[in-house]
Amino acid sequence: MTSRTEWLRTALLATSLTVFVNNSALAESAVPAAAAPSEFKVTDFLLDNGMEVVVIPDHRAPIVTHMVWYKIGSADEPPGKSGIAHFFEHLMFKATTNHAAGEFDRAVSDIGGSNNAFTSYDYTAFHETVAPSALELMMSFEADRMRNLILTDDVIKTERDVILEERRSRIDNNPQAVLDEEVSATLWQNQPYRIPVIGWMQEMEQLNRTDAVAFYDKYYRPNNAVLIVAGDVEPETVRALAEKTFGKVARGPDLPPRVRPVEPEQNTKRTVTLSDARVSVPSFSTQWVVPSYHTAKPGEAEALDLLAEILGGGNRSRLYQELVVRQGIASASGAYFQGTMLDDTNFTVYGTPRGDAKLADVEAAVDAEVARIAKDGVTDDELDKAKDRYVRSMIFARDKQDSMANIYGAELATGGTVQDIEQWPDRVRKVTADEVKAVAAKYLVLSRSTTGYLLPQQQAGN
Amino acid sequence: MSLVLERLSVIPSTEKEEGKVYRACATLCFALFFLLLPVLAARAMEIQEVTSPKGVSAWLVEDYSVPIIAVRFVFGGGSTQDPPGKEGLANLMTGLFDEGAGPLDSDAFQIKLDDAGAEMSFDETRDGIYGSMRMLAEQRDDAFDLLRLAVNEPRFDQAPIDRIRAQILSGIIAGENDPDTIAQNRWARAIYGDHPYSRNDQGTRQSIAAITQADLRALHKDVFARGGLHVAVVGAIDAETLKKKLDMVFGDLPAKQTLVSVADVEPKLAQHVEVNYDLPQTSLQLAWPGVKRKSPDFFPAVLMNEILGGGTFTSRLFEEVREKRGLAYSVNSSLINQDHANALIVATGTRSDRAGETLAIVRDVVKRLAEDGPTEAEMAATKKYLIGAYAINNLDSSSSIAATLVELQLDDLGVDYMQRRAGYINAVTIDQVKAVARKLLSAEPTIMVVGPPLAAAGKG
Repeated sequence: MTSRTEWLRTALLATSLTVFVNNSALAESAVPAAAAPSEFKVTDFLLDNGMEVVVIPDHRAPIVTHMVWYKIGSADEPPGKSGIAHFFEHLMFKATTNHAAGEFDRAVSDIGGSNNAFTSYDYTAFHETVAPSALELMMSFEADRMRNLILTDDVIKTERDVILEERRSRIDNNPQAVLDEEVSATLWQNQPYRIPVIGWMQEMEQLNRTDAVAFYDKYYRPNNAVLIVAGDVEPETVRALAEKTFGKVARGPDLPPRVRPVEPEQNTKRTVTLSDARVSVPSFSTQWVVPSYHTAKPGEAEALDLLAEILGGGNRSRLYQELVVRQGIASASGAYFQGTMLDDTNFTVYGTPRGDAKLADVEAAVDAEVARIAKDGVTDDELDKAKDRYVRSMIFARDKQDSMANIYGAELATGGTVQDIEQWPDRVRKVTADEVKAVAAKYLVLSRSTTGYLLPQQQAGN
Repeated sequence: MSLVLERLSVIPSTEKEEGKVYRACATLCFALFFLLLPVLAARAMEIQEVTSPKGVSAWLVEDYSVPIIAVRFVFGGGSTQDPPGKEGLANLMTGLFDEGAGPLDSDAFQIKLDDAGAEMSFDETRDGIYGSMRMLAEQRDDAFDLLRLAVNEPRFDQAPIDRIRAQILSGIIAGENDPDTIAQNRWARAIYGDHPYSRNDQGTRQSIAAITQADLRALHKDVFARGGLHVAVVGAIDAETLKKKLDMVFGDLPAKQTLVSVADVEPKLAQHVEVNYDLPQTSLQLAWPGVKRKSPDFFPAVLMNEILGGGTFTSRLFEEVREKRGLAYSVNSSLINQDHANALIVATGTRSDRAGETLAIVRDVVKRLAEDGPTEAEMAATKKYLIGAYAINNLDSSSSIAATLVELQLDDLGVDYMQRRAGYINAVTIDQVKAVARKLLSAEPTIMVVGPPLAAAGKG
């Protein structure tokens, strides 16, 4: 069935009225790679200057995906400088001492390649997909801009206007995004995930050349970067090319461990409400602070992944079957867990009413399912099927080179290792029904949660 | 909470040329980081034309490197086939194929599908009803059997009809006060008048309420026939095995479709549509005439569009609107090819108090291209890009390859198209691009403004 957004794209001949936030990389990074056959051997090593390198073989086609991940994201920003990580990602496409502005982009498009970059809470990544013969050229451009950017006030000012426009487009024009931003700021009382990746408008407006240069000098160093090369290339070739290019960049000062403020004990249920004239159908989501793969005790994050799948991972999940199918009160309901994060992360349930059902009915029914899974746990059949779906999704992930590169990049940028990914399927397989019940009971406690309501205007004050 | 911000939001591949592929990719491959070079088409990707004993044809790319099989197919005739007053019928139908088929009710079907380790989805466009399936090779028999049931014997039970209809209704209501949705409905009516393309695929509150089980059965009977079918399969399966599966899944369908004929339509130009809301960012959308897929102007127009505002960071619109002036985050142009209409669309979002200025710059960029054409340097760079980047947008996974092969069949381009394509692009002359730019871009566009009134925002 065509989703509404797809209808917009096809029926209306143009796409820019819809804001596309690309979630696919996220979904993928939550699903580590398959237990692989022997020819699928991932290689990793360190350059002398501290840059990590991961090579993922994929010889189906003569192409490579080349990614440089920096272990710097919005959650590492100095106070008052929100948005600098993302802003800096944009600035990385400007002139360097060796290449004029736009030269890198033209070099990529001249060979029919593609390039882009993205920023999240814990990392910033730059990537190109090209023929293997162009790998060295890509590496030399990336190594060059790691240290040789020229940042003038003019460049800063124009690009700052672009990110302000990006904020208006992604957030300010969209009531759901405005609410999400404030729910995060409420869920997180102390952790920097409370601040939006794109930044707060009034702080973005003040970002300047001094901020950018300081940020660049501190974080854009080989010893703070991970190189991922996936595709039709041998590890020894990658090593030789990497040494010739990135290897020539001097190691920077050692960065302190990424120890960021963490959450205090949370003891309240908080609600955030946005009523907006553009909204016709209400919706809600409830979030909890839970451990991520990096912060969890052994097995807990895997159990949370399975909990999210069983509770709300698709149309066989409890929430969908109970609320959408059996009770018929919701048009949508589900759950998700974002496990690939450096610090504690969030677990979310959500729902939207349909027909004559009230939002409160849907919320109560979701709460009841959460309470039931925490009290009675999951069946062995549910657990086995959820595990099967994960294993399957890992096999499907191998069908896309960039999926694999993203999985490894996100894992390594959030404190994980290649081994963590390789062992992940086994760890998932070992999770017991009792462990799933235990994390539900431990973490999904309503008296310490944050709920966001998106309401039509006339329901204001409800 | 947006977790990942991209330098440029990846807009679903406006596969500038094989127009419909763009739509397939919108569904299947949102993240386009990929590239296969033309050498791939020649070397690695051998397309086999397979015909089953019962006469069902498919294009097959046999590849065992990942143990999966991707299937994609289309029946011509999409939402344009919705009878008047029953708009949304095709869309509702595509929501019901995994909701019970043959002896299996909704619950039983979905449990079997899950146990088979397969993913199945259907979606419709104005011009076709598409099905996709992704399965593990080792469980292909179970998966194909479920696909056979879904294609041949969908049950259309009343309970799932009512449930899926209620979900669609919820979506329709959700859009009723949403500026973008309202604007796009206005836009479609402005551009297409009373042509079926002006209708919302989801229908209206009234039209979806009127749809019955009998309507669904009738549409299924009229559309699901071998005559309008195109199939592509990619992955771990050989031709002989596939022939058996093709017969099983599609071989017993009726030979011919019964379709309502749909007229061709020219987008109505020279209109000014304002959808006024107090928004911090104004959306601008402009439409010029397009070219038919089979027109000799097609490849010149592809080059022209790429130079104007295509998928790279080097287009004229990107340079003038974003790089030089910081007026927008996203600005692009797309050539749209559908069965019955073609258009060139430019779209951007810009701060409301400078929307007039942005519109003036967009129009100036277009005017200069119409009057002066491209430079030789632009021609050369764009040809190289278009030749190399084809696979970025089309061949980055088994599913997207299968989707691409279905579109090539729909456009009747031939199994060797990928080998010929570079030649078509290289053959385009600068004079041809100048001519097509003059022809298309000299027209007075239809312009839509979504945001505060443009005059009040101050013209630049």
